Amino acid sequence: MEIRRDPFQAIADPTRRAILALIAFQAMTPNALAEHFDTSRQAVSKHIKVLTECQLVKQEQSGREIYYQINAPKMKEIADWLAPFTKLWDTRFNQLDKVLKNLNTK
Amino acid sequence: MNNQTVYTQDPVHKRLLVTRDFDAPLELVWRAWTDREILDQWWIPDPYKCETKTMNFIEGGYWHFAVTGPDMQMWGRMDFTKIVTYSYFTIIDCFCDANAVPSTDFPAATNKNTFRKTNNGTTVEVEVTFASEADMMKTIEMGGLQGFTTAHFQLDKLLEKMIKDEKAITV
Repeated sequence: MEIRRDPFQAIADPTRRAILALIAFQAMTPNALAEHFDTSRQAVSKHIKVLTECQLVKQEQSGREIYYQINAPKMKEIADWLAPFTKLWDTRFNQLDKVLKNLNTK
Repeated sequence: MNNQTVYTQDPVHKRLLVTRDFDAPLELVWRAWTDREILDQWWIPDPYKCETKTMNFIEGGYWHFAVTGPDMQMWGRMDFTKIVTYSYFTIIDCFCDANAVPSTDFPAATNKNTFRKTNNGTTVEVEVTFASEADMMKTIEMGGLQGFTTAHFQLDKLLEKMIKDEKAITV
């Protein structure tokens, strides 16, 4: 059985968010990733492990190297989760824009 | 063109940050957030209508309003806990009934609404803080108003079913 971790808990950590931000642009090897952080290589690979376990990151073998990359569908799931909340405030604020415009011209 | 709304999630501190610029002077934006007649015009998304029942914008006071849709009505309540005019105010936001009695079915949230003057308008930052991470999840999963009304109807149905089932057992 595969271990299921909560992706929301995973992104609550700033280092893990930084990892996601880095590999969002390009797939990276563990070594290349570790160079971006002051913490130990082991600490970084622990973070990657958590991200992989909750399927936010996937790995690909290329020759002798392992590359980590973003698992886009899973990331979208997280974004979609916030959607009803953002929709409420978006609509609210667009209505407020109109109201303010009317008040301003009075 | 509308300004973009920026959302930041902070699950660790059970917070959500909503930041938005408005092309209007701070005094006017502040009024829009604190005047009952103006609030009625924008606080609740179309096609739902917002109608203030009572509004007392002082520390310890509250805003009680009805939300009416095509086939439903519900009530909201906002308690003002701290007010620093033209700077910020904090509220406790909850659902309630026609007599402003807070609902225990849905989590209350604490909001801090901060207003800042910018070069060409006003920035408003809404910081929503929940009592627990579970409350935060519940509120977001319920969604906006649409989600809430669905949840509400579902709850009604569930309660109806529970009453029926209970009757079936006692009979």
